[in-house]
Amino acid sequence: MDAILLQILNGLDKGSAYALIALGLTLIFGTLGVVNFAHGALFMIGSFCAVTLQKILNISSITIDETQKDFLGNPLKVKTPYVEAWFGEVTGQAIINWSVPLAILFAIPIMLLVGFVMERGLIKHFYKRPHADQILVTFGLAIVLQEIIKAMYGANPIPTPAPDVFRGSLDFGVLLGFDPNAVIYPYWRLIYFAFSTVVIAAVFSFLQFTTFGMVVRAGMADRETVGLLGINIDKRFTFMFGVAAAVAGLAGVMYTPINSPNYHMGMDFLVLSFVVVVVGGMGSLPGAVLAGFMLGILESFASMNEIKSIIPGIDQIIIYLVAIVILMTRPRGLMGRKGVMEE
Amino acid sequence: MSHIKTTRRGVLKGGAAVGVGLATPTFFTSMANAYTNAPTGGSVTLGFNVPQTGPYADEGNDELLAQQLAVAHLNGEGDGGCLSTFTSKALKGNGILGNKVTFVTGDTQTKSDAARASAKSMIEKDGAIMINGGSSSGVAIAVQGLCQDAGVIFMAGLTHSNDTTGKDKKANGFRHFFNGYMSGAALAPVLEKEYGKDRRAYHLTADYTWGWTQQESIAAATEGVGWETVNNVLTPLASTDFSSYIAPVLNSGADVLVLNHYGGNMVNSLTNAIQFGLLDKQVNGKDFKIVVPLYSELMAAGAGENIKGVFGSMNWNWQLQDDGTKAFVKSFGEKYGKPPSNSAQTCYAQTLLYADACERAGTHNPCGVAEALEGFEFDGLGNGPTLYRADDHQCFKDVLVVKGAENPTNAYDTLEIVEKTPRAQVEYAPDHPMFAGGALGDCNPGA
Repeated sequence: MDAILLQILNGLDKGSAYALIALGLTLIFGTLGVVNFAHGALFMIGSFCAVTLQKILNISSITIDETQKDFLGNPLKVKTPYVEAWFGEVTGQAIINWSVPLAILFAIPIMLLVGFVMERGLIKHFYKRPHADQILVTFGLAIVLQEIIKAMYGANPIPTPAPDVFRGSLDFGVLLGFDPNAVIYPYWRLIYFAFSTVVIAAVFSFLQFTTFGMVVRAGMADRETVGLLGINIDKRFTFMFGVAAAVAGLAGVMYTPINSPNYHMGMDFLVLSFVVVVVGGMGSLPGAVLAGFMLGILESFASMNEIKSIIPGIDQIIIYLVAIVILMTRPRGLMGRKGVMEE
Repeated sequence: MSHIKTTRRGVLKGGAAVGVGLATPTFFTSMANAYTNAPTGGSVTLGFNVPQTGPYADEGNDELLAQQLAVAHLNGEGDGGCLSTFTSKALKGNGILGNKVTFVTGDTQTKSDAARASAKSMIEKDGAIMINGGSSSGVAIAVQGLCQDAGVIFMAGLTHSNDTTGKDKKANGFRHFFNGYMSGAALAPVLEKEYGKDRRAYHLTADYTWGWTQQESIAAATEGVGWETVNNVLTPLASTDFSSYIAPVLNSGADVLVLNHYGGNMVNSLTNAIQFGLLDKQVNGKDFKIVVPLYSELMAAGAGENIKGVFGSMNWNWQLQDDGTKAFVKSFGEKYGKPPSNSAQTCYAQTLLYADACERAGTHNPCGVAEALEGFEFDGLGNGPTLYRADDHQCFKDVLVVKGAENPTNAYDTLEIVEKTPRAQVEYAPDHPMFAGGALGDCNPGA
């Protein structure tokens, strides 16, 4: 029982990242009709927003310490971050320590801007082109973006830890009456799950309870009619592209303490996220979220030793296996809308 | 006065003939020689096959910097590096056998097929007479096989699988880097001393040749000092999140987690294990411990503070204090502003060892070079007294047991040396079961 609970927690945590990326992908597909293969790159750029802020906060003054030597035997150059000099050692270190949560504020405007530039500068030229063209151009863009990041930050993963207060793990099992250490789960992963729930709720609320969101939903259902009512739906859709980029970026920012960011992390999520979107149903926002969590949980269960001993290698194919079964039984996916990608 | 009539057909025929001539790979022109890519025109070309793109690009770049440094030293440029400390005095800084050393590079992408393609191109198009580099055992075994068939020497870079000089060994292939067996033989006594005899280990293992042989070696060595292996779980090489594999560890009854992972896998699995608070827990009345049998400086930097106090092993470390290490670190550090990694050091040493073997053999013929390397004993390249064993083309030398630095003072101070395990302790018989199943075969000079 404790092992099952542990894998459910794991699945919810994995599913959080899948759901957030798939949500953004679906937003873009549902509004603009574009299959965006650069969406994984947006997740990666979000992670590097956190890396960048960490580097900015660590910009330092250099003093020479004659008493210490560097690896060549020369006097050691000691670095003191400016934030420590300006705000005092304790406050300065606390600011650096909280760089990942602070990066949320840093990343939102950057990701909105990146999304806006991407949509206006490139993707709008491919609205009326076949999906194959859109996939090619956005995939090419993803490669360009990851090579830019590699040129700037190198290929090695860059450690970007969570604040000290969130390190370690919660003995979840004790809260539910299990033995100590039976179900432990890292604080930051629980925070990631909670954060993704809040972001998903915020996106749905925005679309459901605001006039802007209502117009966007109307545009997703019937773009032409909304246009005939004199509403500039293109402008709203461009903004939604920025929102989708920001959602992917925030998912990336908060993911940095879980796995150290590297330039190809977006590609690791891209294919899985597309499977999530297809399983959830092209164009269905609730479907994307549901499929994200469902596939995350299934993937975690498939990694259990008990399951792998019966079907070796199942952990590597489970997501694709489920996708095949669902698409054979429900060709539109779990919550796919009629008419989407069916022409 | 003669008159040459130019026709369209004549131009096409002539153009085709010139094109074929220019496009003919040096592989075919070398047929006239006794061996593949015999040097002509006063220069000799070495092929450096390293990951220049992909997740190991930083490690590949470090290897390439060291290889370029070696070429400079061979040609008499720079401060000479280890030429002054190397016990063999055959190298004079005038190239190899009087030929100026040039090099070409290939990108392995850490993929076997891409690595073979780039090595093939360097051999057939660029005339490379030796291939060196790489940071994966899968790649090393693939390229070693290609070099054997093409008739050039392969001086392996970072490859730690027992199979490279075990069941997949080749007469044209040579490995300076240590292997999984040696890691186990060096680590087990230190782990016993630090953590005791009564320990239960849970292994997570990358599912490919290197992971399998390392796990087998570490499990055998630790069981030899009294530990029990509770479980071994194979993880897909493409995994990025190891939480599903780590979550069950605490309930397994194990009190040690052994991560048979390298590169990005190691960074992520170790980070995930620390997140789960394994090092803060007690199991079986003992503090839980993590072991990473194979370390590299670049990956240690990627894992950040997570490696503090975690034991592992290395082929070499820039903090060693022998003359060879000091000369190489000074030369590399002054040129590039950072200390070299152990993958850089092995590539540098291999390039010098190849050149030295050519000088001592008096030829570039791969069979003469191989003969000069076989059974060669040397010192002064940073690893202490070393033997290139003739039976399997594996170097035998001291192995370092290291652990993550507890109180790093700078960005490069990520690992501290715990013990220099003497060569005698990591030696094994050529027919040891972990290395059985293959044969060196005969040297292939190619053409």
